[in-house]
Amino acid sequence: MSSPTTPTPRRSWVGTAVPLALVVLLACLPLLNLHLPGVLPGPTYTPGSLHLMALAMVMAALALSYHLLLGVAGLLSFGHALYFGFGAYVLGIVMSELDLGLVPSVLVVLVAGVVFSTLLGAISLRVTGIPFAMVTLAFAQAGSVLVRRDPGRVTGGEEGLRLPTEHVPDALIGVANTRNLYWLALAALVLAFLLTSWVQRSRAGHVAEAVRENELRVRVLGMRPFVVKLAIFVAASVIAIGMGMVHLLLNSGAVPTIVSAEFTISLLLMVVIGGVGSRWGAVTGAVLYVLLNQRLTVLAQAEWVHDLPAVLRIPLSEPLFILGTLFVLVVMFLPGGIAGTVTRLRGRRPSRGGADPGADRVEQVDDIEDGDRRQDEGVGAARP
Amino acid sequence: MSTVVLLLFTGVGLGAIYFLVASGLSLIYGLMHVLNFAHGVFLSLGAFLGFEVASRLGATTWTGFAASLLVGALAGAVFAALTERVLVQRLYERHIEQVLVTVGLGLAAVALFDGIWGTDPQFISGPAWLGRTTHILGANVPNDRFVAILVAALVLLGMVLFLQRTRYGMIIRAGVENRAMVTALGIDVRTAFTLVFTIGGIAAGLGGVLASHYFGYVSPLLGQTLLIFAFIVTVIGGLGSLTGAAIASVLVALLQQFANYYLWGTGDLAVVVLLAVVLLTRPSGLMGRRA
Repeated sequence: MSSPTTPTPRRSWVGTAVPLALVVLLACLPLLNLHLPGVLPGPTYTPGSLHLMALAMVMAALALSYHLLLGVAGLLSFGHALYFGFGAYVLGIVMSELDLGLVPSVLVVLVAGVVFSTLLGAISLRVTGIPFAMVTLAFAQAGSVLVRRDPGRVTGGEEGLRLPTEHVPDALIGVANTRNLYWLALAALVLAFLLTSWVQRSRAGHVAEAVRENELRVRVLGMRPFVVKLAIFVAASVIAIGMGMVHLLLNSGAVPTIVSAEFTISLLLMVVIGGVGSRWGAVTGAVLYVLLNQRLTVLAQAEWVHDLPAVLRIPLSEPLFILGTLFVLVVMFLPGGIAGTVTRLRGRRPSRGGADPGADRVEQVDDIEDGDRRQDEGVGAARP
Repeated sequence: MSTVVLLLFTGVGLGAIYFLVASGLSLIYGLMHVLNFAHGVFLSLGAFLGFEVASRLGATTWTGFAASLLVGALAGAVFAALTERVLVQRLYERHIEQVLVTVGLGLAAVALFDGIWGTDPQFISGPAWLGRTTHILGANVPNDRFVAILVAALVLLGMVLFLQRTRYGMIIRAGVENRAMVTALGIDVRTAFTLVFTIGGIAAGLGGVLASHYFGYVSPLLGQTLLIFAFIVTVIGGLGSLTGAAIASVLVALLQQFANYYLWGTGDLAVVVLLAVVLLTRPSGLMGRRA
């Protein structure tokens, strides 16, 4: 694993101009009357389309935070939904219970979120690899149980939490203002992308990538992998918490589903379909997932599907069946997801077997585990 | 006193079901380092097919009940063996991708069960004796608890005998210890992999039928809910350890029952707290080898 991990791309003007133009175009969409039949439910300026696109952007930002965990630090978490749900639920609860306005509440949630994720991260990171996945799953499950049981009568249980609208500026409330929420989601996505890039390029990001490759070497160099992994964990969690808050505003409430293990699994689906280890892959995967999920749900209600024999009708009317199958096929036949495939088609692959960068990333996660075991044995042997 | 006895038996009965799910998970992880996220759907399929067969043959007869156990075990075994052969084995040595494939399978299968049997729970009934209670030390213990404990004990015994006495059992034990060495000796571990999945599938299928009697219903999410507790049991017991899984199953289930009764329904939280404590003090689990 001595190949350079982040080949720093030459920052030509194309690299800056294309994303910038894309953001400007996205920002103008609510003012335009574009039809994308089959993708959006109506013209781009209508609230329905804007809501769907905003949801896709929030999910894309969340997928970016998951990319920090899995793609950068090689941490396979099954509990990332907990932090997203924390953002949504705690913001709602803080606003209504403490009677605070939106901005002070957001600050309170962010501070609480840093403490919360540092605490849980520190416990979860005592183990690595697959046990880490199981522990994060257990914590998220505890959160899910708490939200559903609703011991303090604050989360609304199965019914979900209603956005306390009296504490939110009028410009962010109601169907008529979907446009503003859309812009908020776009800003959140851009911010998440910049933050993710910054964390990944920072010293901590580089060390985390090194830890993913070979934890023993990092330790020998005198650095503490635990602290670095924790920093990445907290950064990813805080971004997820921020997105949870945007989600609360966008949907005027929160439902227990967003804290469930299934929700984290759908995140994993987005990142893997998009391509592990690629930022734009995560974004593409998330947008694709949200659009497919929405379109497949519409398909399930279509007339012609109802007339099919049961063998075809049942699978076609379950969007998650189709998405799950797609996911299995991507893992088996397209390692590296969309981003990996694009790289391979462009032929920019530095030759090494048939694999591509994305697949390497995924395999490297295993190496950490194995490396861990080797290195623990090594350390144990060195002890007197 | 009678409450404590009732909680004890109910807890051990629930522990028996956890063990049936966790034993397969633990063996699969021990040998292949695959965290099988599809294990819950082996259980659900076993429960659903068992339910279908029992309702055809007469749900309240003992024949129906025995047939449902048999069909559940068989369904779990076939589904698990196919999963291993078709999906997991092709991703040889790529552990994270193997896990991802089982995640995808779990998702797709739950959606498919939703489509076939509906999302609402299907309430089931067994032979009348199962629903009645037996008087022990002042407590009225439902009889299905005893059946669950008996079946789990038989499965544990069967697994131990298989692992200790047969050639494949020996290969599996050796593979859990040091897979590279077994391969180097020229033994094909792939058959052992399929076998371990099949055994796990049988246990999960039996667990599914018993769980559906324990809880009184079958739903597509039954397996996924139990899977999460089975994960916790596996971590607490020590990954790859059958004894650890057995001890942790009972421990977790008892804690859950007692906390639910005496600590205002906080059983699920108590289990997660136990997990955190175990991780802080013994990261490799109760019976896990020191990593």
